[in-house]
Amino acid sequence: MEDSKSRRKKKVLLMGKSGSGKSSMRSIVFSNYVAKDTRRLGATIDVEHNHVRFLGGLTLNLWDCGGQDAFIDNYLNSQRDHIFKHVEVLIYVFDIESREFDRDLITYVNCVEALRDNSPNAHIFCLIHKMDLVQLDYRDAAFQERSALLRKKSLGMEITCFATSIWDETLYKAWASIVYTLIPNGPILERHLTAFAEIAEAEEVILFERTTFLVIAHVTRGAVQNPFPDRFEKISNIVKQFKQSCSYVYNISQATFVRSTGCALKLILWALMGGWLTSRLLDRKMASNFTAFELRAHKFSAFIDILTPNTYILVVMPANAAESTTTLMNIATCRKHFEKLEVIDKAVGR
Amino acid sequence: MTGGSRPQKLNYSLERWMQDPSPPLQSPTPSKVSMQNGPISRVRGAPRPRLLLQGQRRSGKSSISSVVFHKMPPTETLFLESTTRIQKEPVNSFMDFQVWDFPGQIDYNDGTFDLETLFGDTGALIYVIDAQDEYLEALTRLHQTIEAIQRHNPAINIEVFIHKVDGLSDDFKLDTQRDIVQRTTDELADMGLDGVHINYHLTSIYDHSIFEAFSKVIQKLLPELGTLENLLNGLVSNCRIEKAFLFDVLSKIYVATDSSPVDVQSYEICSDYIDVVLDMTEIYGYDRGELEVSTVEETKSSIGSSEDWSLPDQSSVMKLQNGMVLFLREINKYETPFHLLPTAPPSPPLTLPS
Repeated sequence: MEDSKSRRKKKVLLMGKSGSGKSSMRSIVFSNYVAKDTRRLGATIDVEHNHVRFLGGLTLNLWDCGGQDAFIDNYLNSQRDHIFKHVEVLIYVFDIESREFDRDLITYVNCVEALRDNSPNAHIFCLIHKMDLVQLDYRDAAFQERSALLRKKSLGMEITCFATSIWDETLYKAWASIVYTLIPNGPILERHLTAFAEIAEAEEVILFERTTFLVIAHVTRGAVQNPFPDRFEKISNIVKQFKQSCSYVYNISQATFVRSTGCALKLILWALMGGWLTSRLLDRKMASNFTAFELRAHKFSAFIDILTPNTYILVVMPANAAESTTTLMNIATCRKHFEKLEVIDKAVGR
Repeated sequence: MTGGSRPQKLNYSLERWMQDPSPPLQSPTPSKVSMQNGPISRVRGAPRPRLLLQGQRRSGKSSISSVVFHKMPPTETLFLESTTRIQKEPVNSFMDFQVWDFPGQIDYNDGTFDLETLFGDTGALIYVIDAQDEYLEALTRLHQTIEAIQRHNPAINIEVFIHKVDGLSDDFKLDTQRDIVQRTTDELADMGLDGVHINYHLTSIYDHSIFEAFSKVIQKLLPELGTLENLLNGLVSNCRIEKAFLFDVLSKIYVATDSSPVDVQSYEICSDYIDVVLDMTEIYGYDRGELEVSTVEETKSSIGSSEDWSLPDQSSVMKLQNGMVLFLREINKYETPFHLLPTAPPSPPLTLPS
């Protein structure tokens, strides 16, 4: 019982020095913040627990650990078992601009040691964060240097390093691969997605998680290589930006609406038609999301649609390959199949 | 002419515009192109209208032109060097025009400038005032400029951008605007120029207000605005569309809209939507090479009417959760990719298959 529960609830530790950007990252990926808004976030006190519902019954149990020295001492000593037991993934965030990298490293080694003792099978992801502060030409070199050093210091545990920044799509790349290690049926999903791509004659099919819009699986069939190897993260970023602006646009208060439409006459009309208009506005305020997107360009057509309650699918078709309704039908048909896949996953989890 | 230009048409697509941020269609003989399918020029062979960007130094003129015409992210404008000479920038769009970015420190009133030619073909003067700074000096300069304009070319539209208002509270914004309007009207009345019409816009590069203000400025210079508006009105009433915009995709300026009032939100969502479409087109609009050519030829031979198949109109649909539908369609496929963006009511006849 204990075991199956932990298999469906994945514990993820988010650690790093105070002010390195852990909470900013979390609120952008999981709570639909805009990068700009993260300035408002205060320091995290002790541990903030977040339960993020994910694919088919999988729940991420995100432990955002405050990074001030006093807290870290606490984690390493009195709370050692409590914090580091049953961990699936440790995400350790380094600030590239940190002045005391050596000290950060010592804390890191202590954490890794505690992790090795308590949950030896955990994955470690090191995110070298705030990369936007480094000049473009030096980014790669700085990242290589830091990640080599971290590999050496990780006490023989397997680590994966990413250079990230909340201001561009690198954040999504790192989190997509973190999430991929947590999904139990990733390869199965990929296999079925490939089959779908074959049948639909699609050039590319990408599966996204619904709330975070992180890439779960992707299949590419196109004969010509796409010039953008980082397109998956880019699409995540583009779509999330749009989702945010949707919700932003419709969360503006009614007062602004009245002012923006201007004249006094409008105000009177507003009062007269109050009930009807307000209900419509409220309707609109709910609209924080889009349900379907279709783009027919000269060289390709692209469709984004809801696949299962937890996923979106992006299908890219070559130009003139099929009528758009055909593709939409294909997506509708495979919807049931993928829903079933998720249910099986749940049953396995139980 | 049509036969010769056909192979080129494929290039006049969104993809092409995305890959080349500078205006790609600078034909060496613009007057020739405009005969058939060029942008609607005001008078054939007439010089393009100028937009003069003026204001005190560091008031944000170059930032405005970089953000609006070069898609520069607003945060990066902090690093712009100050302008030392007049930057002339051609903008090829539905209407060709030229933006002249003036260095703030130049006093063009000191007699060394030929004001006659400077203001001669100008369509509009955009005077930028930094609302977060002391603006009294800027106002004095503005009044001098208006006086000079009245002497040389009274036909110029005078637009005042009260800029950088993102840092001000809503009340303070309006107070500032009222103060500036009041001072200017008083001063002009003292000079005996009370008939001058001036438009004021509250702008900021960090939101959509700058695009909206530019839209309004440019719309006033369009002689065919009335026709376009009528066409859009017809479309809106016939198709039961809530709101229709005619966009210039490159700068996200809307050239025309139907006559129902514009609310900022629908403009914002439309321009964000254009961003999505452009970005997706950039990612997947790469050249498929020979593979694609063969498909096109195949369909050509099988269908016969090659024209329709080789160049389907680019279009896109986005459905939102509240039942609103955004529809975007490329209109002018020859010269300027133009986009019409109606936001439709919950169940218009032309959209949802539900």
